[in-house]
This record gives sequence, structure tokens and C-alpha cells, in this order.
Amino acid sequence: MTHPTQFRYTKEHEWVDLEGNHAKVGITEHAQGELGDIVFVELPTVGTAVKKGENLATVESIKAVGDVYAPMSGTVVEVNTQLESSPETINQDPHGAGWLVTLEVSDLSEADSFLDAPSYEQYLAEG
Amino acid sequence: MNTIFDHKLAKGVGGLLPALDVPEQGIEKLIPSSLRRTHAPRIPNLSEPELVRHYTQLSKVNYGIDDGFYPLGSCTMKYNPKINEDLARLPGFANAHPLADEDLIQGSLKLLYEASRYLCGIAGLAEVTLQPAAGAHGELCGMFLVKRYFEERGEEKRKRILLPDSAHGTNPSSATTAGFSATEIPSGKDGMINLATLEEALDDTVAAIMLTVPNTLGIFEERVLEVTEMVHAAGGLCYFDGANLNAFLGRARPGDMGADIFHFNLHKTLSTPHGGGGPGSGPVAVAQSLVDFLPVPRIVKDENRYRLDWNSPHSIGCIHSFYGNFGVILKAYAYLLLLGDTGLREVSENAVLNANYLQESLKQTYPLPYERLCKHEFVLSGKGLGEGISALDIAKRLIDYGFHPPTIYFPLIVPEALMIEPTECEGKETLDSFIEAMERIAVEAKENPRLLHEAPQYAPVRRLDQTRAARQPILTYPFDER
Repeated sequence: MTHPTQFRYTKEHEWVDLEGNHAKVGITEHAQGELGDIVFVELPTVGTAVKKGENLATVESIKAVGDVYAPMSGTVVEVNTQLESSPETINQDPHGAGWLVTLEVSDLSEADSFLDAPSYEQYLAEG
Repeated sequence: MNTIFDHKLAKGVGGLLPALDVPEQGIEKLIPSSLRRTHAPRIPNLSEPELVRHYTQLSKVNYGIDDGFYPLGSCTMKYNPKINEDLARLPGFANAHPLADEDLIQGSLKLLYEASRYLCGIAGLAEVTLQPAAGAHGELCGMFLVKRYFEERGEEKRKRILLPDSAHGTNPSSATTAGFSATEIPSGKDGMINLATLEEALDDTVAAIMLTVPNTLGIFEERVLEVTEMVHAAGGLCYFDGANLNAFLGRARPGDMGADIFHFNLHKTLSTPHGGGGPGSGPVAVAQSLVDFLPVPRIVKDENRYRLDWNSPHSIGCIHSFYGNFGVILKAYAYLLLLGDTGLREVSENAVLNANYLQESLKQTYPLPYERLCKHEFVLSGKGLGEGISALDIAKRLIDYGFHPPTIYFPLIVPEALMIEPTECEGKETLDSFIEAMERIAVEAKENPRLLHEAPQYAPVRRLDQTRAARQPILTYPFDER
């Protein structure tokens, strides 16, 4: 399985690694493949409050500009500043070093609608 | 490829100065040492023939509409009639000074006034500003108009702009730049706006919808009247992006479809040079309810005299110096006169006919995800054509066949999108040779994919590293390393 089983996924192709009330967020292997070479990443500043579904970050590739939506409501507590100088990290390691932000989430029940890895891959297969 | 500074042999000087006919003063006396440069300026030292050859060589490795077929979707790369250029070079126009007294430029003002009237007629709207410099600038101007409209009504809470996912790519950025937030509306399976989805998105925070008609799939929004009615009923305005006007020029009017604001791209629809040959021009037409907010100055006619009117207290202000790109408006005006009503209708008829001829022929070979009668353009998919073959590979291989590639990877709702717009200017022979090239590429994709991956082979440059160009752009010339 390309997509790690310990993560949860959204239909907008984000992964969420939930630990307590901290959610680390990135884009999936599938998403980086569809976008192609990523050339620019715009991240929120630490302390920004976001609501589920709001724009969290912007990822720009040679093909397209994609919005990353907040999978959960909360406050941005950490951003991956390394991406500003090395956006290609997302292509190389989307589920690891290519993470985008960590949120301190306010409502854990928002995670209920996420997909697990097999369901996400099935969702991709159904296209 | 050499830049003008790279010519190693260049040591000559192109210009000859006349003999000095006044007593020489000496630079020391004329300019204080603190203001004198310490190094010679970096001016290329080329003789006249070297200079001419440099630019002639560059022009030979370029590709434009005067070289061949240029089916760049959404860009309407139509032929630029040379009579436009002749007229723009008439001394009375070319030498008119932008600060000249109005009495001395009555002809130029009359031309601008009449061009405005023609554009209003085409749009079916009340007034137009000719100021915006290009399409996205027109969009921004339109968004400022929307903003002012709601400010004057005390409805500042209207902060959202609705955008179908098949809208023109610059729309979200224009809305955001003007201070709105963009809400995307997914298309239905038929490639058009789903009314239920629209209904859900509409509330009293929506300022406007930005519609592209026909949309970027080349499909006419068949429910456009319902869409504009629903937005108006919710208190919002309807902005129409005019990038695709070539699809219905002279056949339908945005004003009749419910548009409150509509922008033109003179460099697309009305045949003025496009891209590197610009600049562009993006006039914005509006309904009566928005006329007071249009940029200043406005061109008015009193009896038989034309003047610039700056007295418009509700105006959003000036958005371009003087009155926009005059030379471009002039060329568009020439094109309007050249074709007349009947000619303009034939433009859109033939643009749509050409696009449907290509679509029908090419859908045998390439997937056509949204299949219906198209307007001036259509979107194929390069997906599944062969192992590891991308839209980019197909585009690059087309260069080897002597064609400019179509737009690729847009719209985003079609995977490996190839967006093809032939325009009305091409004859059947050209279209047939393009079809043949596309068919041969499809065969190569299966039998000899290397030809695609390594394309272009016959262009002045091979495959460029677009990722490195985006990640590490070199925007200055490294003089010191040479």
C-alpha cells in the first residue's frame, strides 16, 4: 500500500496524522504525483486560526496551483519552513519530510469523516 | 543561444556621430565628478549588420501565428491582419501626443468613442471603459466595480466571489487581488454548472459570480439564464469573462444572458497582436447600474465635439495612464470596420465549425471526457495514450511536426488536458494536417514512445527543464562571470 496505514485521509487528497489533539497535515503520494514537480509552497503563519475547509496552504507545481484545505478546525502550531527553500521535498517524501503544517485541533469529532488507507486507495481506484 | 552581449567578435560601433560644430567644453566642466560614472556603460558594441543579424537569427528561431498553426486553447491566437498595422502607423495616430490639447486629437477621441459604442453593441451592455491593459486587468477592474457597487449600497458583508471550476484561470486571482475570497463551485457531469450546487453556495455574503461563457471546456453554459437569475435573486452580480467571446461574437450578447459586467480581450477576439507581440487591451462593459463607477476619464460626445470627462464622483478612479493602450484599440477598431456585422458573425461561425471539425476527427484517437457539441475550443485528454505518456510529451512532439502545441494541463478537471482552439483563420488543409500529426503521434505513443519522451528533436532547443526554471530562475545577466 502506497499510503501509510497509520494516517487518515480526505477526499481532497490530504493526509492527517493525529496524535492527541495535534494533527500533522500533508498532501498524499497520489496528490504529489498528479501535481508533478512542485516549485512553490505558501504556508500559513504559526498562530493562524483555521476552520475546517478553509484554505490552509497553497502548493504550486509546473502544471497547476492547488489549494490545501484545513482538514480540521484549529490553530497552526508548526509549519514546515524547509519547504520554502526546498519545495521538492513534497515530491520526494510526501508522507514524511514533506509534511506541511501541524494543527492544534479544537474538535476531534471532525476526524470521524476521514478515510483510512484502504478506503482512500479504493476511492482513488474508483477515480 | 547567444544574447546580444555574447557576441565575441563584436567590437564595432553602429552609429556615426556628426562632427562637433561648437567649441568642446570637456566633460569635467559640464558634469560634477560626483555625478559622473566611473565605469563605461554596458552597451553591446555591435556594428549595424551584426545587430541586424542578431535579431534576424532570433526571429528565425521564434514561432508565431505568421509561421503556422497555433491552436493554443483559450488564447484565440488568430491572424493579425496587416492592414491594422498600416492604420496604426498613420502619422496622425502614431504621432499624437497623449497630453495634446483635446482640440488637436478630435480624430483619436472620436475613434475611441466609436470603438466604445461598437463594443457596447457587441456586449449588449450600457457603457464601456477602454482603459484596462489586458484580460486579467479587466477582471480586476470589474472586481473593483463590484466592490464599489456594494460599498455604495452598504452591503460590505458581500465578500465572496463564486467561481465554477471550469472558469478561466485568472478569475480566482483577480477576485482575491481585489480583496474578495474565492469559492469554487464544482461542475456537473455534463461539464456545466449544477444549479443545486449553485443554490447551496448562494447567500447574502456572495458579491458576484465570475462566469466564463462558453466555459474552458468549450461548452456553452446552457442554463446560463437560470444561473444569472439565481445570482441576481440572491442580490449578487454576474461577471462574464470574455476570453471566449470568439465562440459567439455577433450571435449572442452577454447583456442578454444576464451579465452585469463583461470584459473583452481585444488581443484575442478582435485580432490585435497577442503574447510577445502585445500589449493587450481588456475593455470592460457594464450594465446601467454600474455606469457611475467606471474608471475616469470617460470619453463623452457633446454635439460634434469629443472630450475626456473626469467629473465622476462615484468612479473607482483611474486604472491605466491616459486612456488605455490606444494603438491596440485602434487596431481592434480597424478590424471591426473591416468585418462589419456580417463578418463578425462569420468569425464565430467559422471558429465553432473549425473546432467541431477537429473535435469530431480527433475523438476517434484521443479521449474526449466531456463530449457534446463544442463552441470555439474543446479539451481532449492525453491520458492512457501509452505507457508513461503525458500531455506534455504530446505537446512537445507536436513541435517536431511543425505545430505550436495546444494549451496543456488546463482546465484542471480533465486529466492530462489538451485544450485545442483552432480559430476561424485556418483552412481545411491546415486542420487536416494537424489531425494527421495528432494521429501519427498517437501511434508513436504506443509503438515508439521514445520519440515523444525525447521530443522536440527538430526545434532550435530540445526539452527545457521547466522545473529548474521555476525553482531557480536566473533573472539577471551574469556580466561579472563573462
